[in-house]
Amino acid sequence: MDIVYFIMQQTMFFAIPLLIVAIGGMYSERSGVINIALEGIMVIGAFFGILFINMAQGTMSGQGLLLIAVVIAGVTGGIFSLLHAFASINMKADQTISGTALNMFAPAFAIFVARMIQGVQQIQFTDTFQINKVPVLGDIPIIGPLFFRNCYVTTYLGILIFIIAAFVIKRTRFGLRLRACGEHPGAADSVGVNVYKIRYSGVIISGVLAGIGGLVFVVPTSTNFNASVAGYGFLALAVLIFGQWRSNKIFMAAFFFGVMKTLASAYSAIPVLKSLPIPNEVYKMIPYIATLVVLAFFSKNSQAPRAEGIPYDKGMR
Amino acid sequence: MEYKKKSLFQRGGMISFSSSILAIICGLLFGLIILLVSNPSQASGGFMMILQGGFTDGMQGIGQMFYYATPIIMTGLSVGFAFQTGLFNIGAAGQFTIGAFVAVLIGVKCTFLPAWLHCLVAILGAALAGALWGMLPGILKAFRNVNEVISSIMMNYIGMYLVNLLIQKLIYDHVKNQSMAVADTANLPKAGLDKIFPNTDINVGIIIVIVFVVLVYVILNRTTFGYELKACGKNPNASKYAGINAKRNVVLSMAISGALAGIGGALLYLANSGKYLQVLDIIAPEGFSGISVALLGMSNPIGILFAGLFIGHLTVGGYNMQLFDFAPEVIDMIIAAIIYCGALSLLFKGMISKIQFRKEKKKKDNLKKEE
Repeated sequence: MDIVYFIMQQTMFFAIPLLIVAIGGMYSERSGVINIALEGIMVIGAFFGILFINMAQGTMSGQGLLLIAVVIAGVTGGIFSLLHAFASINMKADQTISGTALNMFAPAFAIFVARMIQGVQQIQFTDTFQINKVPVLGDIPIIGPLFFRNCYVTTYLGILIFIIAAFVIKRTRFGLRLRACGEHPGAADSVGVNVYKIRYSGVIISGVLAGIGGLVFVVPTSTNFNASVAGYGFLALAVLIFGQWRSNKIFMAAFFFGVMKTLASAYSAIPVLKSLPIPNEVYKMIPYIATLVVLAFFSKNSQAPRAEGIPYDKGMR
Repeated sequence: MEYKKKSLFQRGGMISFSSSILAIICGLLFGLIILLVSNPSQASGGFMMILQGGFTDGMQGIGQMFYYATPIIMTGLSVGFAFQTGLFNIGAAGQFTIGAFVAVLIGVKCTFLPAWLHCLVAILGAALAGALWGMLPGILKAFRNVNEVISSIMMNYIGMYLVNLLIQKLIYDHVKNQSMAVADTANLPKAGLDKIFPNTDINVGIIIVIVFVVLVYVILNRTTFGYELKACGKNPNASKYAGINAKRNVVLSMAISGALAGIGGALLYLANSGKYLQVLDIIAPEGFSGISVALLGMSNPIGILFAGLFIGHLTVGGYNMQLFDFAPEVIDMIIAAIIYCGALSLLFKGMISKIQFRKEKKKKDNLKKEE
């Protein structure tokens, strides 16, 4: 039973950031803007969040510090995503190119600034955020050890973000308009929806969430930040496509990858897997191979937003 | 012969070229601002180093520039070729790695081959391996409708881990913690280039690259096959209607693109420059540089050649800039800024052609009136 608890706790560390970032990507893409820059935005968010933790950890610690860092990561991610929004909405640029530029810029920027400030590119931080046991809830049998021990406050934050985001896009007026802009911006415009504004908010929401996701990924899995989120932004894109741009399916997809990734990184703690004569690298490949296989089976009837990637031009209506 | 005379700006190439130049100027200005903000006293010296780049140390610097440019022109050609056929091959990194591995493997193991053949076989092996690695996303795209961006990203990771595994199994140098050195016969010949550019790692790689640039140019612009590939990229439905086998073309263009990237890997690791395959969990950066090169070169083979040389030039500048206490990552930021401005300057390109169009129309209207 301990192993099940362990796997579950580890899965959370991998699945929650994927979930947050993929949901962010959903907001951007369903408003009609392809956001391949998620990886770069994650790096920027994690960079500023960790930098803040590194600087403030002398005077603060614990959940307060982490939550402020989350806010900082979200804000900086949102600001960074404005670059993508400007290029792809106002300038009608190729959205893949602008996204690629952002992806290239982010790690270089993080390394450069870190070196200029502190000499080395790794930013160290002390993990004072792990919660050994949530009071009361942690004592519930089975559920307690599964969900409320050795965890981070960001896990619950991620779930909360998911619930709110899923509600907003499905049940609110804003969500409806956002979806309309991704399917048929001309029709949305003809009934008085400001397509540019909606798309801007879609991209900014994705930026905020990707920024938060970057920090949420780095905090539980490492003790320093080395200008990289290990391709998680791209994995989140895969989750988004696997999840068919729908929030509930994205949730399932994120946890599928979380489990895969956990097997890849923590297999040596699982006796059955450890005894198999399979090299380390094969386990590391599993999440990516699984993605390919899954995509091969589920991409045939792609439900991508129809106007995705096409800049909206009023004159073309 | 009136009709042949076109004004300079009417030619598509010229418009692309001028917008690329504009993007480069914007990117460099951005770099200057970063330098000024981070360390004002050293900024001008550092910036001069970037501008001088490969021309700092005479022939040696130029030789190094060619050496750096060799692999990224190949990956640039790879990405550019795919772009021309409507595909985004972000997987050049994986194809590059696999190609490099196969080249080194043949270089180490197949010592029974005669000297002149050894190197050639290694390069061909790399091309084949890269082609296979690129083909898989192509097949998934053509037959299972899988987005090639995602699948080739996954292939990057799979390739990286697979190569790490195979290096350790097959060609591992335990003492130095890297791949074994390839046999001398497998290394690319210098062909006297090291006399012209002393103290550099230059070899015939750069000449092979130029041959491929011409080859890709000819395939894309002068053959029916290339025309079909491009047609599929521009409008898949129309080309299907015209009887072009779109699915086959997707697979083929991904395979060719992969082969080009694979050759890039071979050219870098057969250069006898003291570079060995390492067992690291890092995706080959040459693949991503290839994306920048292709974007900067507007996916045109000739443009890609010059874009690759330009980025090689900046890279040399980045190394020299460390004399002024700047991290070489400034170069990456500048390149990213150039790409970003390049995306915006498509707008600039559009503006020029719009103005041209209006002028044309006026002329025609005037002619009609005269009649």
